[in-house]
Amino acid sequence: MNATLDAKLYDCRDAFAETLERLGEQDERIVVVVNDSVGSSKVGGFKKKFPDRLINVGIAEQNMVGVGAGLANAGFIPFVCAAACFLTGRALEQIKADVAYSNTNVKLVGISSGMAYGALGPTHHSIEDFAWTRAIANLTVIAPADPTETSQVIDMAAKTPGPMFLRLSRMGVPEVHDKGYNFELGKAATLREGKDITLIANGVLVTKALEAASLLAKDGIDARVLNMATVKPIDKAAIIKAARETGAIVTAEEHSTHGGLGSAIAEVVVENAPVQMRILGVPGVFAPTGEAPWLLEHFGLTAQGIYEAAKSLKTHD
Amino acid sequence: MTVKPLISAHDLASRAKAQRKQNLELIYNTGMGHIGGDMSATDILITLYFAILNIDPRKPNDPARDRFIMSKGHCSGALYSTLANRGFFPVEDLKTYMQPLSKLNGHPDRNKIPGVETNTGPLGHGLPVAVGTAIGAKLGKQSWRTYVLTGDGELQEGSNWEAAMLAGHRGLDNLTVIIDRNRLQQGDWVEATNNLEPLADKWRAFGWSVSEIDGHDYDALLETFHSLPLEKGKPSCIVAHTHKGNGISFMQDHPGWHHRVPTEAELTEALQELGEKA
Ligand SMILES: Cc1ncc(C[n+]2csc(CCOP(=O)(O)OP(=O)(O)O)c2C)c(N)n1
Ligand SMILES: [Mg+2]
Repeated sequence: MNATLDAKLYDCRDAFAETLERLGEQDERIVVVVNDSVGSSKVGGFKKKFPDRLINVGIAEQNMVGVGAGLANAGFIPFVCAAACFLTGRALEQIKADVAYSNTNVKLVGISSGMAYGALGPTHHSIEDFAWTRAIANLTVIAPADPTETSQVIDMAAKTPGPMFLRLSRMGVPEVHDKGYNFELGKAATLREGKDITLIANGVLVTKALEAASLLAKDGIDARVLNMATVKPIDKAAIIKAARETGAIVTAEEHSTHGGLGSAIAEVVVENAPVQMRILGVPGVFAPTGEAPWLLEHFGLTAQGIYEAAKSLKTHD
Repeated sequence: MTVKPLISAHDLASRAKAQRKQNLELIYNTGMGHIGGDMSATDILITLYFAILNIDPRKPNDPARDRFIMSKGHCSGALYSTLANRGFFPVEDLKTYMQPLSKLNGHPDRNKIPGVETNTGPLGHGLPVAVGTAIGAKLGKQSWRTYVLTGDGELQEGSNWEAAMLAGHRGLDNLTVIIDRNRLQQGDWVEATNNLEPLADKWRAFGWSVSEIDGHDYDALLETFHSLPLEKGKPSCIVAHTHKGNGISFMQDHPGWHHRVPTEAELTEALQELGEKA
């Protein structure tokens, strides 16, 4: 499925909010739990429609996740929505014990993840969340790339029992998937076929990987592009196939290079089909001051950055 | 250490007027910030930094300094303006607020800015750290004091109450918490979100001595800070009743002004209002 990128940019929170409202109408068990984050989670519409089913616990993330687990125990399907940094950082033990270990049907929705909060700084960046959540057993981890995928992921989450962490951004992204796209849990989406190298990304970096593939094509390098929305359980088959068929992999994520998407892929690669990789992300530092797009440039999380990493691998062999 | 500067309530008030304007322009020029909470905290910060805290901007790491911890770190605009005006870094630097590579990040970073004691931004972190510095002063038999400024919505974080319990238990009378009681949080009124009242009684129940004052009244602020500890053998809690957006009529007590940025017309109107007030 070769995506053609239209220029219009979307805030995936809108697709999230619309889907949640639609689900709320269909299923009375859907409830929303927030931490004074009605506006930033864009659940004002849900609140208007279902005032009783929007539970604002105040600025109290640990309590928020615990309350979510309790609501699940009482038969509801809670979507616990907060800035990804506070949801995961502050309430990690509640996520582990009350949600994952207790196996409660809680959907954790991390909003404005990655470096979307820009100049608000490292306290507000959520570039450790893949590593933290990925290390917890019995927790599905997904980072959709565009509005279509976001909507399908939310829909799937409501209908699929079990603990999940859904990582959303607020940065504008184009639609990268075709209208007929069908999100499959645990399956990578091949956005571009290619035989020379594979570029794997998720979230806001998928579109940059596609752009990088176009740049590489000009140099005669035929790059495969995978959207690895599901970080856990990871699509081993697609990774092994990519390693065997293309011989080199570049990963790109809006996350620390330690323990995130790149690490998850490397774990599969080294055990099954060792090939050279480049892992692009934030290289284990707290970001300097700067707006989100500036920070992405700063860390080379751009089409050019992915292109250069791919070139460096191809000149190696 | 330096001698505390002698400064009158009147002088503090005129400083505050100038600083509110400076703070507004900072946020307008940067296009980001938390104006409502900056304005409610300004008078408290100015009183502390210009009349109360035993600090020396030339020796920001002096082991004998008083510790001030800005727990409501989103109000960096007010903190940075105060620190610059007090001489911790050049006022010129304020222009770089939140610009690429600036030391003036949206939330304060002690490794970049002299005078910042701990990195805040996630709410509910200041008080536990302050309890730690206060215990440290007691252990080292030091006479310096610890002050921490929290928001009121921020008190919904459980970490505050864990720290409050420990401070009460240990009788940390070298510790003072000031609550910026502006009755608003990010999206709504505090009482509509998760009610805090009876707030003073909660602190008393945790072993603190409490004083409720007008957080924009310099005489009251000075008198209360000079009388610390409120009670020997107990930590002190000052509930400072304030107004979010204080001093600017169209911002004051409006839930919409948590982090809205004024338009050019709003900036002009706000500056005019502040200019008119003596
Ligand atoms: C742990 C955490 N959760 C959520 C936020 C987002 N947030 C920033 S300011 C704010 C409201 C704070 O209200 P209050 O403490 O009353 O501060 P003030 O009114 O003085 O601005 C919220 C929810 C945060 N910074 N940290
Ligand atoms: Mg408040």
